[in-house]
Amino acid sequence: MTASDLRARLAAGTRAARVVAAVHQATWRKVAQRDAALAALPHAAALRDRAAEIRAHVLARLPDYLEQFVAQATARGAQVHCAPDAEAAVRIITELAVRRGLRLAVKAKSMTSEEIGLNAALERAGLRVVETDLGEFIVQLDRDRPSHIIAPIIHKDRRQVAETLVRALGCRYTEDPTELTQIARRHLRDIFRRCDLGITGVNFAVAETGTLVLCTNEGNGRMCVSRPRVHVALLGIEKLIPRLADLPVLLKLIARASTGQPLGAYTTLITGPRRPGDPDGPEELHVVLLDHGRSRILAGPHRDILRCIRCGACLNACPVYRNVGGHAYASVYPGPIGSVLAPLLDGPSHADLPRASSLCGACLDACPVKIDIPQRLVALRAEHRARRPRAPRVGVRLWAWVMRRPWLYRLGQRVLRQMVRDDGDGFARRGPGWLALWTAGRDLRRPPARSFRALWNEELRDER
Amino acid sequence: MDVALFVTCLTDTFYPRVGTAVVRVLRHFGCRVHFPTGQTCCGQPAYNSGFHAEAAALLRRMTAVFAGYEHVVTPSASCATMVKRHGPALLADDPAAHAAALDLAARTQEFTRFLRDVLHVNIAAHLRLREPATYHYPCHARAEYEAADLRGWLAAAGPPAEPAHPDLCCGFGGLFAVDLPEVSTAMLGDKLDSLRAAGASLIISNEAACTLQLEGGAHRRGLPLRFQHIAEVLAESLGLLPPDGGADA
Repeated sequence: MTASDLRARLAAGTRAARVVAAVHQATWRKVAQRDAALAALPHAAALRDRAAEIRAHVLARLPDYLEQFVAQATARGAQVHCAPDAEAAVRIITELAVRRGLRLAVKAKSMTSEEIGLNAALERAGLRVVETDLGEFIVQLDRDRPSHIIAPIIHKDRRQVAETLVRALGCRYTEDPTELTQIARRHLRDIFRRCDLGITGVNFAVAETGTLVLCTNEGNGRMCVSRPRVHVALLGIEKLIPRLADLPVLLKLIARASTGQPLGAYTTLITGPRRPGDPDGPEELHVVLLDHGRSRILAGPHRDILRCIRCGACLNACPVYRNVGGHAYASVYPGPIGSVLAPLLDGPSHADLPRASSLCGACLDACPVKIDIPQRLVALRAEHRARRPRAPRVGVRLWAWVMRRPWLYRLGQRVLRQMVRDDGDGFARRGPGWLALWTAGRDLRRPPARSFRALWNEELRDER
Repeated sequence: MDVALFVTCLTDTFYPRVGTAVVRVLRHFGCRVHFPTGQTCCGQPAYNSGFHAEAAALLRRMTAVFAGYEHVVTPSASCATMVKRHGPALLADDPAAHAAALDLAARTQEFTRFLRDVLHVNIAAHLRLREPATYHYPCHARAEYEAADLRGWLAAAGPPAEPAHPDLCCGFGGLFAVDLPEVSTAMLGDKLDSLRAAGASLIISNEAACTLQLEGGAHRRGLPLRFQHIAEVLAESLGLLPPDGGADA
């Protein structure tokens, strides 16, 4: 993808007024809720330090913890599959579904499944796949894509949701959120009665016990792991934590960072499939361990990004995301985290995303595991600088050449003053050349006749 | 006390009055001010854009230009951040240059931090505000190098006018402002809305880059907002500059 594509995509994002309004409203609300929740949490800063330590520790010893997790999960009856890449993960899941004659899959919200394009593959294999998270359900009905990793339809307002449900389900039109939820719930109940495959992601996997942890808010996740006879959990290898005792630290932060809740409405711990005497639960539990570039990231300079627990706080905090919406990023993971992850996971096609940041640091402030996202963005810009278009590359080199020669710099100041012609009020409304990029949306102060150094030489040096 | 002024390229070019204010305030509090004329730019725009060889070359120059001064003071919070936090890492490959960068980092202070931490000036006690004022924190500095306590000083000087979202970025972001101008100006719009909600007519900051962006946006929109550096406010309060002397003062 070329540079102009990024600018064009983001510019189009800023012009989609209805989306921008919806995203502004929702993200500011989430920021306020997060701030309030963390302010009310005793020892919030220490918990955040601890959470960052736990995640960093796991990454430093990931092979050991993976081995322990696989041994524990297997001992408790789970079948663990290793998928080195997205294709392998899709193949493993599709084959096990087809071989067992499974027909109807219910899915809990999983960005990892978006990452590997699972739904399309299962549908090609003849399964019906139904997203059961309300937001993802609407996305699926609209053949849309999630624009936020936690709030998939943050780009839609309730009128659009109502229109979708009327069109897809033939229900009567209402904009009442409770009624809309009830309509979707009734529809999904019937699906849950008939499904035979449940597919989920995993928020945390506990190495010590082989336990999978799911954090959801609607109860659909719990239905996905209790009703169908087969449960497939798609687990990014970086999601491990060492012990059950580490879980509360992360649980205290993930929902607060995400939605401002002290705890998600449903926290589901799954250790093995249904045991004799259990009233429900799947006959088979399959854990698909997904690498898909993660071990490569782990070995490189951007390892810290794998601490991410996918809370979405950086998206909510980001003033770029707020003004362009998630789709403008054209990647599975949008926002600050996506601007780092997408180029690392998918390579050159997303190499331009790290530019989509003013490096303001709101993401770092919001991150519950203290990932220095701005630093990663700068490093990725440096890695991909050769992909920049010619104009900025040559421009920066020329600029640096001038800045190494004070006499040229002084000349440059005078040239700039000549270029920036004001309307008598000290401001230019239309700049020539590349300055038009500035004056497209703001005026430019005309440099005064005397620079500071001129003032210094003429007066200030000898003052008093 | 001998102080070298690192005025920064943007302040030198667009806001000479800020430089004047810094010089007079520092002299007022007993400093001998030097201005090494070889100075140009610290390399921050190149660094942030990922052009690290170019940034490193400029930073090397900085270490030579400011060698030997006990204190280096700058009115720019983000340039201070560049020198203090990113400079040494940028020159890590060359032991001598790295040592020089670490040394410069230790000697460099943002203007208000220098007043507070080195000269032990109670800034709030000297501020005289003639109109409702609010503040803008340059976020590169907020996140990386806690530069100033503008909020606290203004609160001490009068009833504070709080922006709706005090920590919100102005959208400048170095080359970002012209690389992705539509996003940059959309962010600018949000920031101006937040500042207007404070009900103040004067916006005080300690960063020329943010001011260039905010002032340009306010002027385009015809908003009745004035923008000043904290050094100008302080110099006016101390009678070292005439009130609002205009761009050429």
